[in-house]
Amino acid sequence: MATATFRIWRGDQQGGEFAQYQTEIDEGMVVLDAVLKIQAEQASDLAVRWNCKAGKCGSCSAEVNGNPRLMCMTRLNDIPLQEPVTIEPMQSFPPLKDLVTDVSWNFQAKKKIKPFKPRAPEPDGTWRMDQRDVDRVQEFRKCIECFLCQDVCHVLRDHQLHEEFIGPRLLVYSAALEMHPLDSEDRLDDLANAKGIGYCNITKCCTKACPEHITITDNAIIPLKERAVDRFYDPVRRLFRVLAGG
Amino acid sequence: MTEIKKHQYDVLVVGAGGAGLRAAIEASASGLSVGMVCKSLLGKAHTVMAEGGVAASLGYVDDRDDWKVHFADTMRGGQYLNNWRMAELHAREAPECVLELEAWGALFDRTQDGRILQRNFGGHKYPRLAHVGDRTGLEMIRTLQDHGIHQGIKVHMECTVISLLKDGDRVVGALGYEREKGRFQLFECRAIVLATGGIGKAFKVTSNSWEYTGDGHALAYEAGAELTDMEFVQFHPTGMVWPPSVRGILVTEGVRGEGGILYNSERRRFMFDDIPDLYKDQTADNEEEGWRYTQGDKEARRPPELLTRDHVARCIVRQIKEGRGSPHDGVYLDIAWIKEKLPKAAQHIQKKLPSMYHQFKELAAIDITQEAMEVGPTTHYAMGGIRVDPDSQMSTLPGLFAAGECAAGLHGANRLGGNSLSDLLVFGKRSGKHAAEFAKENGFGQINNDQVEEVTRQALAPFERAGSSDGESPYQIQYDLQEMMQRQVGIVRNEEDLLDAVEEIGKLRERAGKAASPGNREYNPGWHAALDLPNLLTVSEAVAGSAVKRKESRGAQAREDFSEKDEAFSKVNVVSYKGSDGEMKIESREIPEMGADLKQIIEEMK
Ligand SMILES: Cc1cc2nc3c(=O)[nH]c(=O)nc-3n(C[C@H](O)[C@H](O)[C@H](O)COP(=O)(O)OP(=O)(O)OC[C@H]3O[C@@H](n4cnc5c(N)ncnc54)[C@H](O)[C@@H]3O)c2cc1C
Ligand code: SF4
Ligand code: SF4
Ligand code: FES
Repeated sequence: MATATFRIWRGDQQGGEFAQYQTEIDEGMVVLDAVLKIQAEQASDLAVRWNCKAGKCGSCSAEVNGNPRLMCMTRLNDIPLQEPVTIEPMQSFPPLKDLVTDVSWNFQAKKKIKPFKPRAPEPDGTWRMDQRDVDRVQEFRKCIECFLCQDVCHVLRDHQLHEEFIGPRLLVYSAALEMHPLDSEDRLDDLANAKGIGYCNITKCCTKACPEHITITDNAIIPLKERAVDRFYDPVRRLFRVLAGG
Repeated sequence: MTEIKKHQYDVLVVGAGGAGLRAAIEASASGLSVGMVCKSLLGKAHTVMAEGGVAASLGYVDDRDDWKVHFADTMRGGQYLNNWRMAELHAREAPECVLELEAWGALFDRTQDGRILQRNFGGHKYPRLAHVGDRTGLEMIRTLQDHGIHQGIKVHMECTVISLLKDGDRVVGALGYEREKGRFQLFECRAIVLATGGIGKAFKVTSNSWEYTGDGHALAYEAGAELTDMEFVQFHPTGMVWPPSVRGILVTEGVRGEGGILYNSERRRFMFDDIPDLYKDQTADNEEEGWRYTQGDKEARRPPELLTRDHVARCIVRQIKEGRGSPHDGVYLDIAWIKEKLPKAAQHIQKKLPSMYHQFKELAAIDITQEAMEVGPTTHYAMGGIRVDPDSQMSTLPGLFAAGECAAGLHGANRLGGNSLSDLLVFGKRSGKHAAEFAKENGFGQINNDQVEEVTRQALAPFERAGSSDGESPYQIQYDLQEMMQRQVGIVRNEEDLLDAVEEIGKLRERAGKAASPGNREYNPGWHAALDLPNLLTVSEAVAGSAVKRKESRGAQAREDFSEKDEAFSKVNVVSYKGSDGEMKIESREIPEMGADLKQIIEEMK
């Protein structure tokens, strides 16, 4: 069995430092396996979040050698092991302990987005929907709320504009609501103003980071931006689009 | 006395999976204050991992389906040990509950005419599972979560309940700790709903996460409630077997529903070799017919791969034991073969089973559109749980309700796929409603401060032991328990192993009393693991003890020494509870006689 070295950030709100651990590794192991092995054998109080171990719950987000990753979906085969592997918590959120960060802001900001409001159902009390319309929104609803996109977005990470900008995850959420075939709520004013969609300058870092391969920028943010722009600056084009069914 | 933060709610819901969320929404709708606690972040409970679908006889794909067929299928799957009233309520109310989700924003896959699409699953006579590709649980939990956050429910995330508090017979509160700082939290309430999920972490190979330590089961047991059907643990036939680090991760039954086939190292479809009598009339007798069934041909009967999980799991074990397994101790599950039948099969598979495609691609470097997977059984679901009243979901203790996987009754000896997600909705809703009614009729009780003090003292003991020389790692104790349970209380059981297991559990309990956690109270997983241990040991003892009591093979319980069904056991459930001497008591209870109307349905559907 081979061994590998891991540099894991240990600390809390007050600060911290990297601690180095060596552990044996087995065929097919992922980064989370190594972290849990270190926890079980060497550092029982090493804090880390995880649940599904299969990329489905979005709990185990961290930065592995500087890359935003789900630890449970990052195979050790795919990273060079001659050098120590560096594992740090997400940087856009305040650290709580070791690899665990305070992501509560995401939950609070979500609550402020106007909820789903369906149009009236058909006489039988249900709705008919076309699979094609559903497909478009299903892409967004794949989101596992890992918040890795929030982690890499420079507006949050470098400029810390959490008060002004809801970030890519919540723009995806908004897009899912706005494009929902049944939704009848209007969120465009809010997105343009309180939610700060204008801060996004389409760097696409979020799309690259998304483990669910959601095309965040092209499919969610840009169409929302277009809708907002149409509404506020170009009523004629907007009217035309509505008439053309676009 | 250590500092304790106090909270007061009319109804407290423990658990934020499908059942807990649905219960909280319902309780809140009646105008009461509702608090909800969960061990992880909101939206990360097990429900998020459910893949295949939610069972409800909407009849959109096959209009011959209705609640009666669903009821009969559920009872047959459970080998008639189910609580028949729960099975009836579940079958009747599931469709309405699924439609409710749609009204809250869930987007299920659609039929050609724009209705909810339904897929085939093992043991369900007609295509019945509403689904979203293979991420149905995510759709469900997100819908409930996003709806729930606007209903005025107060959520305590990353907070673990470690004890229920009683006033006389009645449950009137709960004590927990929050992970971040490790501070104790006292919840005073008029009614409590437990929705804590399952017990999978008692076993080594499992599809379940660290959360599944049987907390709700153990909390209720310690408070004096009864558990039932604990011998029935579902081993899902298809978990990943390779690489070692992913062993146990689930491969959805949806793969077989979409036409996937099982074969052994001789490429034989061994499932055709062993079809139980109860299912002979409903099962295809050739491969062609089986394929037609998966493609929606209403005249065709289901392929044997879609027989109930207990049976398929045992057939796989036999292949492996008899030397016809795959290289890593599994058998082959092949969906790639459908390219012989369908144009653009690879795209079709990716569309229907996207997360399976990714799971294998990223974790095992296997492209399931091109090659077969290797799979084997994995511990998946606890049919057993807290014994509840079928209509109200109240346990045998006043004020204590239970719903979802931690409650028992609906599934009997074996759960059908898809019947859990619908269980969460139907009985989550019912428990929330009845807990609210109970809360309206009963005031707050008296919290017993001595009890609170004793619980906090015990909870902090692992820190004190950290310095001592005989302190043990809680992870090691948990690991040893899992190894032992897997070996001795697994898919195929016998008296000797089981009795020995009960004894082993006693020894492990002694070791758990020495579990030590270095470090401080802030987000300390070693400490959390030490506090989970007693729960795991309690449920393990109940599983092993109940398995001893049931001297027959039925549903999920397979005994080498009693390999047939025994008529005498067809009329009883096994119940476990804490005796006045503090020891676990295990006894058989007669199943009440089913009403004539339901009997008739079962006769008609035979
Ligand atoms: C991989 C996988 C796939 C599945 N696929 C399907 C499927 O396709 N169809 C189907 O019907 N079923 C499926 N199941 C089964 C189904 O998902 C579960 O049985 C169901 O989701 C359980 O829901 P629940 O609400 O009872 O509990 P969970 O969703 O597990 O939630 C339990 C909650 O309780 C909390 N909790 C536990 N203990 C405590 C404590 N001490 N204090 C505070 N909170 C606590 C947890 O934090 C969590 O929030 C699947 C299961 C797995 C693992
Ligand atoms: S595209 Fe926009 S939202 Fe995404 S990372 Fe760049 S700035 Fe942030
Ligand atoms: S959009 Fe993608 S990266 Fe962002 S939270 Fe969702 S799954 Fe994670
Ligand atoms: S543990 Fe669930 S995504 Fe990694």
